Amino acid sequence: MIQFDNVNKRYPGGHEALSGVSFHIEPGEMAFLTGHSGAGKSSLLKLIALIERASRGNVIIDGQNLNRLKNRQIPALRRKIGVVFQNHNLLFDRTVYDNVALPLIIAGYHQSEVGRRVRAALDKVGLLGKERAMPITLSGGEQQRVGIARAVVNRPPLLLADEPTGNLDPELSAEIMKLFESFNQVGVSVLIATHDHDLISRLDHRLLTLKQGRLDHDGSTSDLIGQTVAAGGES
Amino acid sequence: MSPRRERRKKPRPDNSSGAPLKQRPRGRVNAYLTHHLWVLVSSLGVLWRTPFATFMTAAVIGIALALPAGLHVLLQNVQNLSTGWEGTAQMSLFLKQDVSEKRIKSLAKKLRGWDGVAEVRYISRKQALEEFKKLSGFGGALDSLNENPLPAVLMVRPTSAAAEPGQMELLLSKAKELKHVDLAQLDMEWVRRLSGIIELGKRGVLLLGSLLSLAILLVIGNTIRLTILSRRDEIVVTKLIGATNAFIRRPFLYTGFWYGLMGAVLAWILVGLLLSLLSGPVGRLSFLYNSQFSLGGMDLETTAILLGSGIMLGLLGSWLAVGRHLQAIEPS
Repeated sequence: MIQFDNVNKRYPGGHEALSGVSFHIEPGEMAFLTGHSGAGKSSLLKLIALIERASRGNVIIDGQNLNRLKNRQIPALRRKIGVVFQNHNLLFDRTVYDNVALPLIIAGYHQSEVGRRVRAALDKVGLLGKERAMPITLSGGEQQRVGIARAVVNRPPLLLADEPTGNLDPELSAEIMKLFESFNQVGVSVLIATHDHDLISRLDHRLLTLKQGRLDHDGSTSDLIGQTVAAGGES
Repeated sequence: MSPRRERRKKPRPDNSSGAPLKQRPRGRVNAYLTHHLWVLVSSLGVLWRTPFATFMTAAVIGIALALPAGLHVLLQNVQNLSTGWEGTAQMSLFLKQDVSEKRIKSLAKKLRGWDGVAEVRYISRKQALEEFKKLSGFGGALDSLNENPLPAVLMVRPTSAAAEPGQMELLLSKAKELKHVDLAQLDMEWVRRLSGIIELGKRGVLLLGSLLSLAILLVIGNTIRLTILSRRDEIVVTKLIGATNAFIRRPFLYTGFWYGLMGAVLAWILVGLLLSLLSGPVGRLSFLYNSQFSLGGMDLETTAILLGSGIMLGLLGSWLAVGRHLQAIEPS
């Protein structure tokens, strides 16, 4: 689903955010991406959603080499990727329903289909009663769940999350993670960037660790226990 | 039954789980049209929520459109008026000296049968002499002549349809070929001058209209630019979700459409107001000239052109602004 092949990302000015990163996430796999801030987590996610392009190497998403993707093909790629943002990125001038419906309207779904899918997605995140609410009236955790509903309403094969629990307390964070796991169980590939070690050490998934733009470690979250990092360990 | 239908008949898997499913959204064309309609209405709704700002922009466009439209209507009225003065465009046929009264009468009758001739008036040599004596004050000098030097004249007044320069020219050349006519003269220099002035006026309106159209483009472009900037976050989010540029462009184009339409309607109202304010004095003036003339309003064609150009300018202005500013907004 996600394949990085010796990828470099160098920003104008010479800062190298990623260098020689290679990994492969299979369809239906769930993985965490971790590392200190500035280690290149955000850059890596941006390359997947084609917010930025790799300076060198190949990024292949769902069999498509992004280097060969023209600009006008970007929207089609992004519709295959559900993205959850740390700051939710909700539109505050419209209701929860309209926020969640946006990806479907963009993709040109029929009204009746839109209603059905939006309610299914809101039901999934436990916000069915809040369709008519404005996002500003919701708590941080609820806003994040609206963001998740919006990311999955289109049933993308790939779900990306950038610090989805960044502003939430541990209990809410665990709930959000459970939500991601449930999507993964029905076949969605999930990649979550986070620096919340406590949270991910309790879940058993693949863990990619970035350090100064290089892939420092590719193993299982169970390796985190006791802070012993076994180099080269496969899950 | 087609294989496609068969596939549709299969029971659908439970979709509420959020699993990725590769199925084509139903009724895409229908949904596309619904979406357009929705954007059309919702962009009007957005404008409606800021009535004052919307009115200001529409008023600027309206005034800029009303100026050339109003001048155009006034020019049209002048043109109608000048073609209405059918009595003043006429042709004088000076006849040869030796033509008998009877011949002249039959010639006048013949002329009356022509296409485009409304009236033929005969001025005999005697009448001409008397008239000349009265008007010129050379009566004494003429008395010393043995013979009346003035020719008989047939005054030909064209119908209103034939009163325009080209037709008159044709009538004149036809009259020149008549056997008994010595000299045929068209006294219509003033008609030509007036139509020249009207042409000049029309060109002026066109130039003014073009200049003001440019101003409207800039006004709409700038308004749309500000709208784009104020909705920057929304644009970034929709782009991240996979919106095409066309999708993002659409609400702004429809906003431009509404501005253009509202401006054109305002211009139409303004011109109507202007004409109704002028119609009183114009009516009194034409009464003093014993004329039936009254100021005509904007005809259907001009109205259609006004509305059409308002809408086109709105769309074009927003298109230019959107093309220029949307590219600059990319998620980062």
